[in-house]
Amino acid sequence: MSTLFTVGDPLVETKAPDGPIQDRWDTRRFEAGLISPANRRKRSVIMVGSGLAGGSAAATLGEAGYHVSVFCYQDSPRRAHSIAAQGGINAAKDYRNDGDSIRRLFYDTVKGGDYRARESNVYRLAQVSEAIIDQAVAQGVPFAREYGGLLNTRSFGGVQVSRTFYARGQTGQQLLLGAYQALERQIGAGTVEMHTRHEMLEVIVIDGRARGIVVRDMVTGAIETHLADAVVLASGGYGNVFHLSTNAMGCNVTATWRAHRKGAFFANPCYTQIHPTCIPVSGEHQSKLTLMSESLRNDGRIWVPTKKGDAREPREIPESERDYYLERQYPAFGNLVPRDVASRAAKNQCDAGYGVGPGGRGVYLDFADAIARLGRRTVEERYGNLFDMYQKITGEDPYRVPMRIYPAIHYTMGGLWVDYDLQSSLPGLFVIGEANFSDHGANRLGASALMQGLADGYFVLPNTLTDYLASHPLPADIDDSHPEARRAVEAVRARIDALLGVGGTRSVDSFHRELGAILWEHCGMERSSEGLQQAIVQIRALREEFWSDVRVTGSGAELNQALERAGRVADFFELAELMCIDALHREESCGAHFRTESQTEGGEAQRIDEDFTYVAAWEFVGDGSPPRLRREDLEFEHVELTQRSYT
Amino acid sequence: MRLTLNIWRQAHSEAPGALVPYLVDDISPEMSFLEMLDVLNEQLTAEGEDPVAFDHDCREGICGMCGVVIDGIAHGPEALTTTCQLHMRHFNDGEEIDVEPWRSGAFPVLKDLVVDRSALDRIIASGGYITAPTGAAPEANSTPVAREDADRAFDAAACISCGACVAACPNGSASLFLGAKITHLGSLPQGQPERDSRAVEMTEQHEAEGFGGCTQIGECTAVCPAGIPLDMISQTSSDVLGALSRGNFS
Ligand SMILES: Cc1cc2nc3c(=O)[nH]c(=O)nc-3n(C[C@H](O)[C@H](O)[C@H](O)COP(=O)(O)OP(=O)(O)OC[C@H]3O[C@@H](n4cnc5c(N)ncnc54)[C@H](O)[C@@H]3O)c2cc1C
Ligand code: SF4
Ligand code: FES
Repeated sequence: MSTLFTVGDPLVETKAPDGPIQDRWDTRRFEAGLISPANRRKRSVIMVGSGLAGGSAAATLGEAGYHVSVFCYQDSPRRAHSIAAQGGINAAKDYRNDGDSIRRLFYDTVKGGDYRARESNVYRLAQVSEAIIDQAVAQGVPFAREYGGLLNTRSFGGVQVSRTFYARGQTGQQLLLGAYQALERQIGAGTVEMHTRHEMLEVIVIDGRARGIVVRDMVTGAIETHLADAVVLASGGYGNVFHLSTNAMGCNVTATWRAHRKGAFFANPCYTQIHPTCIPVSGEHQSKLTLMSESLRNDGRIWVPTKKGDAREPREIPESERDYYLERQYPAFGNLVPRDVASRAAKNQCDAGYGVGPGGRGVYLDFADAIARLGRRTVEERYGNLFDMYQKITGEDPYRVPMRIYPAIHYTMGGLWVDYDLQSSLPGLFVIGEANFSDHGANRLGASALMQGLADGYFVLPNTLTDYLASHPLPADIDDSHPEARRAVEAVRARIDALLGVGGTRSVDSFHRELGAILWEHCGMERSSEGLQQAIVQIRALREEFWSDVRVTGSGAELNQALERAGRVADFFELAELMCIDALHREESCGAHFRTESQTEGGEAQRIDEDFTYVAAWEFVGDGSPPRLRREDLEFEHVELTQRSYT
Repeated sequence: MRLTLNIWRQAHSEAPGALVPYLVDDISPEMSFLEMLDVLNEQLTAEGEDPVAFDHDCREGICGMCGVVIDGIAHGPEALTTTCQLHMRHFNDGEEIDVEPWRSGAFPVLKDLVVDRSALDRIIASGGYITAPTGAAPEANSTPVAREDADRAFDAAACISCGACVAACPNGSASLFLGAKITHLGSLPQGQPERDSRAVEMTEQHEAEGFGGCTQIGECTAVCPAGIPLDMISQTSSDVLGALSRGNFS
């Protein structure tokens, strides 16, 4: 294993201020350099991404008077994948008077992340959470309300307070529209320049600082250089490395991976979250997976037949021949065990041959008891839209036939390493939203990604970025003709030519599907030393085959979707290997990362705090050289580390 | 299933286009319409031909990126359904299906089934927002909103900006899209201060982009996947009239 990676110096500088945890954000803001309003116009920022993180940050920086250039690969900034978030957004408002507080949200997040997040950052997140709701309401986000006209909340995923704000099942859409409209206002005002259908393919580093990016105009194929004082990546998560996930088709790692290769450390790449209630794969043609809200587990009962391969219609299987395995294994929590536990249990049932539906990759989520107990009307009121969605996709009526569900990749906690200022290890490159390694540690709580993306974008970055802009402006004599800018453009062109030049026989998608299958098998819900080592060998072989046998039709000088996908999949190959190395080196189970070798007698995840209470930040040291591990040790002064138990 | 697809092929915005027939086999009823197009594209790639370009991203009906005209109907035959959520079980073996891009002067074709809908963003930039600079917001619960108002705002805000309404409208009007945003923001107390200027400026931009006027035909709402009702168009006219009567026009 030693040949797979080397170990470098630990990371000690996180810029988190000392002192009482509740004062740290105040302290940092007070110490940060400022720029007077009159001088802001002269400062420029590149923002890659227009989702909740990028959209909110760009709008805020534009309002403040900076010159911002925003890039996204869709045809409109409003289509970023944040739009698909359903459930809600957390905030420590304590409108319910149920004992919530900043401290409790902080505590729940650190604990939920299985003690693998940085305390200072998480505390700040909880502190700014309240202002996010105020901001969204002022923009006209139509959150759910009580009859008296005040905001409504619900409880979500494994916490005991009701702190989740929501807009029907479309919270992400409505929050994103709020940020998008604020962004469009700035576009109209001329402070923000929007570049839709532009894909970032390279970072430009000049004298050790990120000073620009190279993008491809996805309509004309033109390769463009953009320079600025600072670069911000808000490019979302990399769940699509698994091919099938709840992410949008275009979600990619390219932006962050290209930055990684230029000096930004990639932290905890193996921390990926799997959502237990998605609609199962229906066949080889499957292109993506659809999430069904977690709330369904409040009333639905999960079961499989007791007989392997039982092909009877579910309604014909008598009670005595059903195994409500979650209720049996976890009597205290039953169907409401956390996401990772529910997911793994479903996989175990299917692996053992009890699965239902195509390929035996599904378990039943049954509402018959709920309908008998509450009446169809109540069930319809609670879950009607979800049932409709299920029916649209599967053609089955869940009021009559139990739903079939299966876990799917949903969110990536890993991402580029950032300090307290959200600056990566590459100076001048900041990373926000799902793209950074985040405040969620090894596992994210439901409704906390929207909170983090907007906290980063509206409140954190606009304060910390100023400090950098004040002290490190782009030297006036640097323009597109700088040798580093030219070199980056050349690298992009060479890569496009290489992809188009392979001239092989297999489509990009066929490779992506195969890569996804390897990862899902060995670096998915359960990981073992043997499996991961095998996966690394398989990924390397497949990557070689990709570069010798992929077929990308058309040219680079036109709208070419096969070429776009090819570039993304090429980067996924490199990331996939690092994910497996990371998963292999972390010999403990923690959060969403379950190592078969590290479990309790009851089969639960077993953390090894003495050895692994750190963030694993990986340094790129060149193609063909093993990555270098840079540990950031985590210290917990405000919470006590405990092992989870749900039995 | 085996299907014949007549698909609009056009190399770029300046090039001429035409419907080209393709045969696809082994289409399963479980596939979505876009997965069926994926199968065709794999087939074309294997034959060394240029795959069909079409827009899509979330594939779950929320991002608004997808959208083609299927047998003359924007987003196809199922009501309240985007192209990505349309499944092949709604088609029959042996069927012949025409697949075309959104057709509208304001949406130039970029390639095959991909069109340029940036005009919709420019309408939003002209006034489709509430001015609320970050940090200046009052406490969220300081402004109660009656539930009916919040619900109506939400119903309107559900528009996914797909542009199907424009494609379906004989006048090439984006009035449903426009009305949805004006209704969303105008239903909320936060949206009142800019209500007049918003209605006037967005309507002017709508015209400047070359979208046609509304003659209440209703084709738009019939194809709208988000169920935006026709009466939201009347909200625009009444808000514009209100603005004019108060002398608030630019
Ligand atoms: C189905 C689903 C449901 C969810 N539900 C919830 C929920 O209820 N609550 C919750 O808190 N979280 C939820 N999440 C998670 C949450 O939605 C995301 O983590 C969050 O929205 C990510 O926001 P973002 O701004 O970081 O990235 P995104 O919204 O993904 O935006 C990424 C942006 O980067 C751009 N981009 C990417 N790569 C490039 C490139 N190479 N060049 C140029 N531009 C690029 C894209 O165009 C886009 O604009 C859900 C996620 C999914 C998938
Ligand atoms: S009003 Fe309906 S059809 Fe028109 S853009 Fe919005 S969602 Fe699409
Ligand atoms: S692909 Fe997003 S709505 Fe169809």
